[in-house]
Amino acid sequence: MLRVSHLGKTYGEGEEAVEAIGDVDLEVAENEFVCVVGPSGCGKTTLLKCMSGLLPPTSGEVRLHDERVEGPPERMALVFQEYSRSLFPWMTVRQNVAFPLRRKKLDKAKGRELVEHAVRSVDLTGFLDRYPWELSGGMQQRVAIARALAYQPEIMLMDEPFASVDAQTRADLEDLILEICREYGVTAVFVTHDIDESVYLGDRIVILTPAPTRVQEVLDVDLPQPRDQVETKELPEFAQLRGHVWRSIKRKQEGKAPEAAATSSAG
Amino acid sequence: MSARRERLLGSGLEIFVPLALLVLWGVLSAGSTTYYFPPLTDIFTAFKDNWLFSRVGSDVVPSLTRMFAGLGIAIVVGVVAGLLLGLSRRARLAADPILEFLRAIPPPALLPFAILVVGVGDGMKIFIIALVCLWPILLNTIDGVTGVDPTLRETTRVYGVPRGDRMWRVMLPAASPQIFAGLRTSLSLALILMVISEMVASTNGIGYFVLQSQRTFAIPEMWSGIFLLGILGYTFNAGLVLIERRVLRWHRGARASALG
Amino acid sequence: MATLARPTRRRPDGARLRLPDWLLPWLSVLGVLVLFDVLPRIGVLPSRHFPPISKTLGTLGDQLTQSSFWDAVGSTLEGWALGLGVAAALAIPLGIVIGSSRLLYRSVRALIEFLRPIPSVALIPLAILIYGSGLKSTVFLAAFASFWQLIVQVLYGVQDVDPVATDTARSFGFSRTQRLLRVTLPSSVPYIATGLRIASAVSLILTVTAELVIGSSGLGKAITEARSGGDVQLMYALIITTGVLGVLLNTIFVQGERRVLHWHPSQRDSRGAAA
Repeated sequence: MLRVSHLGKTYGEGEEAVEAIGDVDLEVAENEFVCVVGPSGCGKTTLLKCMSGLLPPTSGEVRLHDERVEGPPERMALVFQEYSRSLFPWMTVRQNVAFPLRRKKLDKAKGRELVEHAVRSVDLTGFLDRYPWELSGGMQQRVAIARALAYQPEIMLMDEPFASVDAQTRADLEDLILEICREYGVTAVFVTHDIDESVYLGDRIVILTPAPTRVQEVLDVDLPQPRDQVETKELPEFAQLRGHVWRSIKRKQEGKAPEAAATSSAG
Repeated sequence: MSARRERLLGSGLEIFVPLALLVLWGVLSAGSTTYYFPPLTDIFTAFKDNWLFSRVGSDVVPSLTRMFAGLGIAIVVGVVAGLLLGLSRRARLAADPILEFLRAIPPPALLPFAILVVGVGDGMKIFIIALVCLWPILLNTIDGVTGVDPTLRETTRVYGVPRGDRMWRVMLPAASPQIFAGLRTSLSLALILMVISEMVASTNGIGYFVLQSQRTFAIPEMWSGIFLLGILGYTFNAGLVLIERRVLRWHRGARASALG
Repeated sequence: MATLARPTRRRPDGARLRLPDWLLPWLSVLGVLVLFDVLPRIGVLPSRHFPPISKTLGTLGDQLTQSSFWDAVGSTLEGWALGLGVAAALAIPLGIVIGSSRLLYRSVRALIEFLRPIPSVALIPLAILIYGSGLKSTVFLAAFASFWQLIVQVLYGVQDVDPVATDTARSFGFSRTQRLLRVTLPSSVPYIATGLRIASAVSLILTVTAELVIGSSGLGKAITEARSGGDVQLMYALIITTGVLGVLLNTIFVQGERRVLHWHPSQRDSRGAAA
């Protein structure tokens, strides 16, 4: 569904050029939940921005349904890490969630329904007429998610969306996002630096190298669905996967080649 | 002392102190024989006679109409041009030297230019007020737009917000705190330009009245006009603050929560 | 997997670049100058109101050799300087004294908020009455207007002093005066610098206003006389001169402010403050 081919991104020119992304190949199938992990500074956000069409790549391309991505595609939504800066502070929750729908020119009733359904899915029904600054961090991020949902995208890109929330809220949000993606049939690309999170959430994990970024390894995650914060994390497979990802990242950081994985890696 | 009591004391002082000074002035000038500073009671009488309400139609209304017409034009042009320039970096680069030069010209120096080109009627006053009040609004709108959070901009791009919405429903509200800052400056400029344009080339208006009174040695009347201008200045400013408070409620809330 | 044979090279953002950025301002200025020279010559703009700009600039160049020109500039500068000076001499000490006492500050702040929006131009007739049409009127008006702008900044500056700094000084046994001179004053300097910049602009505006309305000698008067005498090119030339003067004075104060501000953590936006 989404295909990244030989993606490269270099900032600046000449001597000051910074090669953020070297050569990334990536494929995302429909209804998959793909997690992207890597060490800090490995260009995860840059990759996501190129994938979403916000930044033009210096080389390579991104295709969505085999159409070249040259700007943010209509069927794609993006959830940012800094939720408080991505919500419009002068709009209520309802207005924020409804805003992207203006472009679709739906009739009023349908639009209202979409908004209310999305807000209900994130459990914020009572807060429709509040302003973002009246809500907590976790709630604001849920509004951002609801906004992405109401937009009815086929694919959602998320840039470390839960990094700025406390651990408890993060656990709730993780479960929420899984549930929503299942229910709405949304494909997801989820960038995170939290290894546990990536194993917990993903169907597949893409491990990136430090800059200039390449795909180091891709892992399939065989854990049973639906995931549970306690039970899934108690499984030995979880620990193995987690350890594998850890070592993979550490090793590359230390400059050595990764060991052969216990679970298969696919191209 | 507690915050609430401090605020009450502050408001109390704000009303009390000017009043007290006024009373002091009244007492000191009661037996005044100085030509320039007639007894306060005389000034009050002149005020009552002129501004409540005989001259309202003949002088206050034309003055304020001209002022708000000029200001209105400045707001519309300034905001629209500011939004457009704010969104285009290259247009800004091109326009910058011209804008910087034009805004450096002291407003009164433009008055003869206005008289030359537009004459001495109402049009001239509206023209000069609009011309001068344009700059703070325009420049602040540009600053407001360029200062919009990049994440907000990216959000608009991600969701493919159409052009019109982007300008009117995103950029304009986002820049509005900055626009109001410019508006405050423009409001005081509008009052100033209104007064001097009337002193230099007019046959009616508050500014005209004050100068005329001085020329005909009607000193208490002159003072009454000065008082009126002071009251107007204060009222307009307070009014703008109230409007701003209402319109920018979201901004205060967002900033307060951002600061923790 | 349908990958491309070789990676595509895309041009950076704004790929349809024909003109480099640095060229744009020059082009636009040139464009405006050409426009305002040609349009009056071909009659699109009435040359009675808009003489070709080359002629105006010629007149300006000519003026630079005339003593009457420099007299006018000198008079304006004199009024501006005295107005600013008087305002500073009053506002800075007063501001510091008032700002250092919390109670005094609270009582006076209310008064200042009340008096500040009063347009100083309303006092023009009073100035004429008391001081006539000479330099004194100009200085009175310029000083009056600048005073309010400056004292507000001084008060902010004094109030904004970090209480930790003053407490530290007090714990070291510094007297009140010493604290004032060694802690409060230095940390208020950036605000005073900003205040002076704003006050300078205001003083210039009121000086020219006084010359215009009252007729005291200076550029304002010269501009009016040029217009009423029908010498339109001279009028424009003098208006441009006041603009240049404004820019020069502003630049001086901005540089001074920058020098003083470079160590100060506060941020100030210079645009919204000045008229």
